[in-house]
Amino acid sequence: MDYQFHWRPVIQALPDLLKASLVTLQVSLIAMALGLMIGLVLYFFRASQLRVLRGFGSTWVEIARNTPSLFQIFVFYWGLGEFGIFLSSYTAVVAALTFNCAGYMAETYRGGFNAVNPGQDKAARTLGMTRFQSMRYVVLPQVLRAIYGPMTNQFTWVILASSLGMLAGLRELSGETQYFNSRTFRTFEFFAATAVIYYLIAKMALLLMALLGRPLFKAERAKS
Amino acid sequence: MIVLENLHKSFGPLEVLKGINLTVDKGEVVSLIGASGSGKSTLLYCINALETIDGGKVTVDGVDVHAKGTDINKLRQKLGTVFQQWNSFPHLTALENVALAPRVVSKFSRKDAQEIAAKQLTHVGLGDKLNHYPSQLSGGQQQRLAIARALAMEPTYMLFDEATSALDPELVGEVLDIMRMLASEGMTMIVVTHEMSFARDVSDRVAFFKKGVLAEIGAPEDVMNNPQDPDLQRFLSTIG
Repeated sequence: MDYQFHWRPVIQALPDLLKASLVTLQVSLIAMALGLMIGLVLYFFRASQLRVLRGFGSTWVEIARNTPSLFQIFVFYWGLGEFGIFLSSYTAVVAALTFNCAGYMAETYRGGFNAVNPGQDKAARTLGMTRFQSMRYVVLPQVLRAIYGPMTNQFTWVILASSLGMLAGLRELSGETQYFNSRTFRTFEFFAATAVIYYLIAKMALLLMALLGRPLFKAERAKS
Repeated sequence: MIVLENLHKSFGPLEVLKGINLTVDKGEVVSLIGASGSGKSTLLYCINALETIDGGKVTVDGVDVHAKGTDINKLRQKLGTVFQQWNSFPHLTALENVALAPRVVSKFSRKDAQEIAAKQLTHVGLGDKLNHYPSQLSGGQQQRLAIARALAMEPTYMLFDEATSALDPELVGEVLDIMRMLASEGMTMIVVTHEMSFARDVSDRVAFFKKGVLAEIGAPEDVMNNPQDPDLQRFLSTIG
């Protein structure tokens, strides 16, 4: 072993790495937020009476969950070009991760809705609530509680998966690291530093989710 | 007034209601008794339209429940429903459970809705549990919470679907007491029940269901002390 560690280039590049971390965070947050919303729509599509909607929802979920995320990013970045649609790396990566998150979340929502007793909706409806009001005030809050764990996992997953964005030319944290690596050849140092940054971002995300989830779990806290 | 005319209801090939005729007047308490699967609960759900019907007609205060243009959400506000499984909303406190519908359905302000809720919860003896979550309440308390929740919409009628069947025996009494109180206050009630003493003491009329048919109906002393239908005689002797 005659490899000498040189951390100076990493320290010099740190501001750029942190700036790229913001891109990582931004891409993940947008993909997660959109994925949550579209996932819910996909869940309703799959539960619909209409075959067209069911088919659309199921196809989406099948592809999103059973093909590599990298492949999905490539399709959005290069694949769409074949049809004359050219997305920037940023848009393509956000779109691909959203596509993926929505597929997974649709399935997670299904579990969440199954966990809520149908009697809850019945009780709400007999009080005169509309279908929407029952969903909004009675069922969904309970679904969110049920899926909060898997949802948090999904968020950390999308943060880490956004690193694939570098293969579509996105200068997020991994892309930026690779850029500095190719200029300095301090491969180990750069990727070690980046791993630490990813770890910190993931921890921050968990903290954020814990804080956001607090109002949902009031009843559980009251118990103990 | 609730009027059922020649009401038919099937689940697939199984006909659970075979032409029921029943009129319930304002202020009346009618108990529905009979073996499990005789169609009693289904009848309640045909009144509040949780179930569709296959024939006949249900009217509540002259409104055809199952007609196309009927605003069912509005009609349901008149029909308080209490289920066997109390279905309290686990993510809300007792006060929020009861205040929710007045706030989002009747459009009361949050403060007014909470006042209504506090009043109703006190009425059913839960005045000291306003900020408890359902998980902190016993089954009997949760069922009383469900009654308060229904009462908060100021219904004209109350439908009870075996409201005490899922309760531990020692908790049945407190719920029946509340139901007795409502009856004495003049609430119109249709009560599906296996509590024969309640049916006997509180009802104005008792109706016996047998395989989707209303086999016998009348004053409790007639139906329960002097049953004509042989199946009713057998039913009463087995249930004690």
